[in-house]
Amino acid sequence: MQPFTKHTGTVLPLDRLNVDTDQMVPKQFLKSQSKTGFGRVLFYDWRYLPGEKPNPDFILNSPRYQGVSVLLARANFGCGSSREHAPWAIADYGFRVLIAPSYADIFYSNCFKNGILPVTLSEQQVDELFKRAEKEQGYALTVDLPSQTVSDAHGLKYNFEIDEFRKRVLLEGLDDIGLTLKYEAKITTFEQTHHPSATLYAPVDAKYAPKARQQ
Amino acid sequence: MMQIMNPKTMYRKIWDAHLVRQTPGEPSLIYVDRHLVHETTTPQAFTGLKEAGRKVRRPDLTFAVMDHAVPTKDRNLPIVDEIAAGQLQALARNCREFGITLFDMSSHNQGIIHVIGPELGITQPGQTIVCGDSHTSTHGAFGTLAFGIGTSEVEHVLATQCLSQYESKTMRIVVDGARANGVSAKDIILAIIRKIGIMGGTGHVVEYTGEAIRALSMEGRMTVCNMSIEGGARAGMVAPDDTTFAYLEGRPYVPRGKEFQAAVETWKLLPSDEGAEFDVTVTLDASKLSPQVTWGTNPGMVTGVNDRVPDPASYSDPDDQKAVTRALEYMGLKAGTPMVDIPLDRIFIGSCTNSRLSDLRAAARVVAGKHIAKNLKEALVVPGSMTIKAQAESEGLDRIFRDAGFEWRDSGCSMCIAMNPDIVPPGERAASTSNRNFEGRQGKDSRSHLVSPVMAAAAAIAGHFVDIREWNVDAVE
Repeated sequence: MQPFTKHTGTVLPLDRLNVDTDQMVPKQFLKSQSKTGFGRVLFYDWRYLPGEKPNPDFILNSPRYQGVSVLLARANFGCGSSREHAPWAIADYGFRVLIAPSYADIFYSNCFKNGILPVTLSEQQVDELFKRAEKEQGYALTVDLPSQTVSDAHGLKYNFEIDEFRKRVLLEGLDDIGLTLKYEAKITTFEQTHHPSATLYAPVDAKYAPKARQQ
Repeated sequence: MMQIMNPKTMYRKIWDAHLVRQTPGEPSLIYVDRHLVHETTTPQAFTGLKEAGRKVRRPDLTFAVMDHAVPTKDRNLPIVDEIAAGQLQALARNCREFGITLFDMSSHNQGIIHVIGPELGITQPGQTIVCGDSHTSTHGAFGTLAFGIGTSEVEHVLATQCLSQYESKTMRIVVDGARANGVSAKDIILAIIRKIGIMGGTGHVVEYTGEAIRALSMEGRMTVCNMSIEGGARAGMVAPDDTTFAYLEGRPYVPRGKEFQAAVETWKLLPSDEGAEFDVTVTLDASKLSPQVTWGTNPGMVTGVNDRVPDPASYSDPDDQKAVTRALEYMGLKAGTPMVDIPLDRIFIGSCTNSRLSDLRAAARVVAGKHIAKNLKEALVVPGSMTIKAQAESEGLDRIFRDAGFEWRDSGCSMCIAMNPDIVPPGERAASTSNRNFEGRQGKDSRSHLVSPVMAAAAAIAGHFVDIREWNVDAVE
């Protein structure tokens, strides 16, 4: 995973409450077997008119907001479906940082698996950032993970909280599975006393069924 | 009664029993008893696993089904959507390669993953269950800790049978009172979401308790737990009791005879101890509930069937005013319109929320001897599994629905997520027993109203919403 330390980029203020992951990547794009190429379909239904003509009314298509990499959002960002296609699309589009007052649980966790830093600030702080981003063309923020700060060129500086472990995973770009496999012996020991058997007692119509493990 | 020292919640008991590793300052490593997989959120996980040269640690605890993008008719014909077909083939290939039990499109047990898990007894009390699908919360109805995960976590579970997890806060939702005939489990959970808000449960595991929850069938409890995620909670659970044990006995993966009795004894230890503390407690009186209908673009935008579409100006928060204005514009609704005056184009009875036999029986009683309204373009019944379909047919429910003008389909997620050809066209309005009324959920520019199966059935006959309580029919699911 791509490590994250510090990022400076221009801000897209997406002024909508409860943006769900269906809006980030609509269902018709979930049939892909790849993790890449989702940037093109990010916010598809809002972003495109019929024939994939860019919708001029959607903020992502505004000339003013080209090249953005910090997504400023409202509360409960990423609610709904667990689809990781949403953070894949956000990262593929070029966003490295999200800033919002709150996130949905599954989406929040998915961001960290994809090198995206979801910063949580208070409603008031987010309101202030919205004001600034909407007022100043090319408004940029610097997000520094080691010092846990968000700052702009005009002296604004906010601290944010983040779980220490998640911070380390992002800073070092650690592989979750690799981390867990370091404790494989513990998993094996656990399995010696914990037996979640899936024995079949009556026939079912299934393929490729493995034998239930002998306890 | 003996005082219990350190009383624990059911969530805490299951958590503790699955703790592989805990270290201060790090997430805990939790063992996964059942990993459910489907075609849509897993191909990238299997690819990642193979690229890293890793294996599936416990194929015997992993169960796969094709549900999200499968067609619900003409299954003998090749799938027209080549990309969807490719994803189904990939799942079959991965299951064959790693020796994972697969219920494919030709299986008599195929169905929606959150329907067949319980139906086959794969789901059992006290387990941890995960799946790359947010409605995994459904399985919590059995007293399991069950929640949705992303594709990276799917890969993690495939490789390690564990998940890195932070402990959640706990919320107890007490639903007391007896619900009226015509008020269903769906109405209970919609009313809960309205009360706590769609982010009210964020960061929490919910336990539903109270006499109205106890009185629900397992199907009803699954409906309630299913929509926990729509209130922001990753998991929702109900303590197992005699209703749970009676449901499970005799199912294919459930132990028999003395082994079953022994299992029941351990399951009886699961309910939260007297005096266990919850971070939040919410109460609801089921006797005061009316059938619920959503009017907006998230499940919290819901009201009683005898109410009216709300006025944005009636909200105090300017952000809410904006959100409601936008929702009404999308939905093509005017503030002040009585809910019963909203005409419909399509009806969908199905999804992991409401597609089980008791749902279909109740809906069939509503439509028996009647016919769907002339203004409807389509009315679908999509059973939650092929087993349910067969059972319903043996009871003659298919004839009742067909005679009433409904289409009777094969099982799958269908019009809930509209990844297959079952789509609500732009601008059309559907009464749906599914779980999400997000913009575009059932098709681009589709307008969804979430309701219970009996409310959807009555709306099909009337062509608009009606209060099912006014019909003289046994509407208890």
